[in-house]
Amino acid sequence: MSLLEIKNLHASVEGIEILKGVNLTIEPGQVHSIMGPNGSGKSTLSRVIAGEETYEVTEGSVSLNGKDLLDMDPEARAREGIFLAFQYPVEIPGVSTKYFLRTAVNSIRAHRGLDELDAYGFLKLVKEKAAWVELDPALLDRPVNDGFSGGEKKRAEVFQMAMLEPTMCILDESDSGLDIDALRVVANGVNQQRSPERGFLVITHYQRLLEYIVPDVVHVLLDGQIVRSGGKELALELEAKGYSWIEQEVAAGA
Amino acid sequence: MPHDPNTTLDQWADQSDYKWGFVTDIDADTLPPGLDEDVIHIISARKGEPEWLLEWRLGAFAKWKEMAEPAWAHWPDRDWRPIDYQAISYFSAPKRDEDRPKSLDEVDPKLLETYEKLGIPLEERAALAGVAVDAVFDSVSVATTFRDTLAEAGVIFCSFSEAVQEHPDLVRKYLGKVVSRTDNFFAALNAAVFTDGSFVYIPKGVRCPMELSTYFRINQMNTGQFERTLIVADEGAYVSYLEGCTAPQRDENQLHAAVVELVALDDAEIKYSTIQNWYPGDENGVGGIYNFVTKRGLCAGHRSHISWTQVETGSAMTWKYPSCILKGDDSIGEFYSVALTNNHQQADTGTKMIHVGKRTRSNVVSKGISAGKGHNTYRGFVKILPGSDDSRNYTQCDSMLMGAECGAHTFPVIEVENRTAQVEHEASTTKIGEDQIFYCNQRGISSEDAVSMIVNGFCREVFAELPMEFAVEAKALLAVSLEDSVG
Repeated sequence: MSLLEIKNLHASVEGIEILKGVNLTIEPGQVHSIMGPNGSGKSTLSRVIAGEETYEVTEGSVSLNGKDLLDMDPEARAREGIFLAFQYPVEIPGVSTKYFLRTAVNSIRAHRGLDELDAYGFLKLVKEKAAWVELDPALLDRPVNDGFSGGEKKRAEVFQMAMLEPTMCILDESDSGLDIDALRVVANGVNQQRSPERGFLVITHYQRLLEYIVPDVVHVLLDGQIVRSGGKELALELEAKGYSWIEQEVAAGA
Repeated sequence: MPHDPNTTLDQWADQSDYKWGFVTDIDADTLPPGLDEDVIHIISARKGEPEWLLEWRLGAFAKWKEMAEPAWAHWPDRDWRPIDYQAISYFSAPKRDEDRPKSLDEVDPKLLETYEKLGIPLEERAALAGVAVDAVFDSVSVATTFRDTLAEAGVIFCSFSEAVQEHPDLVRKYLGKVVSRTDNFFAALNAAVFTDGSFVYIPKGVRCPMELSTYFRINQMNTGQFERTLIVADEGAYVSYLEGCTAPQRDENQLHAAVVELVALDDAEIKYSTIQNWYPGDENGVGGIYNFVTKRGLCAGHRSHISWTQVETGSAMTWKYPSCILKGDDSIGEFYSVALTNNHQQADTGTKMIHVGKRTRSNVVSKGISAGKGHNTYRGFVKILPGSDDSRNYTQCDSMLMGAECGAHTFPVIEVENRTAQVEHEASTTKIGEDQIFYCNQRGISSEDAVSMIVNGFCREVFAELPMEFAVEAKALLAVSLEDSVG
């Protein structure tokens, strides 16, 4: 059974159709990347999978390990194993990151039939996973993302991903705004989490991230549809030629 | 009509023009609606009060008749219907046991469900639901145990009526000294017609051996709509007093106009915590309590300390400004408040800090949460008088909004008449956004837990001031009050 299966997905926001029939299948252990110009629907796709209610799914299906995701609340999807590393993580003043994460970890553990982690077990896990992304543990006493720098936010997202141990990880432009060192750290954090069971969907504008997180498949999303898929060399080709080349080919084919 | 205070109530009823159908069992009776001097005579006579107290009440009433109901409050989205003071009954005896539910089985299951969510101890649920207490548990023995402990320490803690009988000198010395009987419209009304309340006196150098809370919760049911509380901490004394309770309290009286007076002498400290959860009306804004309360503390002595902490989630409308007069040198006044309004609730609350003595300090932390169509107003007044050298005030006023139809309003007033003063005011407004909720959802956290987490985070500085077990209940209370307020 495929890990994530998206079939003919149509979604709109405020009556405007953004996704116009996306098909995508990710097998366990695979890393897929989605590239595409601004406004092509990349972030929309990630948010529709995660269940944000702003987007209305008008047609198609999304399933995780054969379970229909579209019928579930966003928190149920998260508990089933969907994780979205946000492009712009929100700040939650007043709520310490540790408290937030412990609530999250335990709600997901409860869903998996595991006991709650006690304070000791939780802190041990925090220490281990924070090291993966070289995150200063002192940050975790601060409110969620509150006053974090851009780089710290991105690292904190990958750290949260490591804490929650999802089966399907979606990274929405986790490289944007990062300098090369931070990019390497974030990519390293992701690579540590690659496993034969876990799938990744890496959304990015730039080939650069894919030098560090090497994808099995690269897709090009254009105007709400995947118009081309290929190996990691496709990313290099896009980097060299831009998107207009594909746009023209698609237009010619239509 | 002229009235002889020595006349018994029965005699008085006989000679009056009214045909009230009084029978011998006055305990179970309620005066018909209406307010005039006769009613005040009856209340006072019914309670066997001394002459001076009756005169005190009548003086308040005479002044009240000349006063006008205040109209300055900011009430968006609510039709203010003036209260008909002649339509209220000013004396209502407690319900007879036979009119109450006999056991928890007869109580509305929804109410019980709420108690469960709030974690109210089982033995208190029955009392709160109005079950005839004797039928359920022996409150007398509980009360007696507390009483013995307090008596050993020399602490006086009793109903106001009892205090008038047993400790008339203390009552007379302090009653109306902080909130005068003509202080404001509602305080004057309260002075004229109050029926009961609490009295606390902590003698010199005594640290009250317990939080005056559990005892209070069991025993202060049905104190009526015009409650009066007087707490005096003598030199070097300490007391922590908790009023109210997280459980939704049912009450048929629409108007509540309580008065609370605190007096702290040299080196004394009073910590007064309130959890107010009166009926807020339904989701369309119909019904609900008007909670118009006057609370004021006098730091009379040097180095005295009064701290108000409140969690206000109930009532259709709240006007409440627990204040401190910092008269003694080096005295400290504090106000920590969480006010939550949902549906059509309106809360207009805040504090006054009046700095009179030298080197006095005040600290104000106000957290207003508005959801649904609720409106929250912070109204603050900080005054530094000319003789108050080197005094300081810090005010922090934060508002949180949930949804697009609620409102937060802030009216801080600062008057400084001494150059050595330091006064700071900080304010912030935040909004619980759908993006925050979605972010939490995406981490496996339900919307309700997310809201509760965010709101509790917002209120943590205030909850830190509450006695431990009440902080836990207060958190649960906010979560319950906000249920269904996020889609």
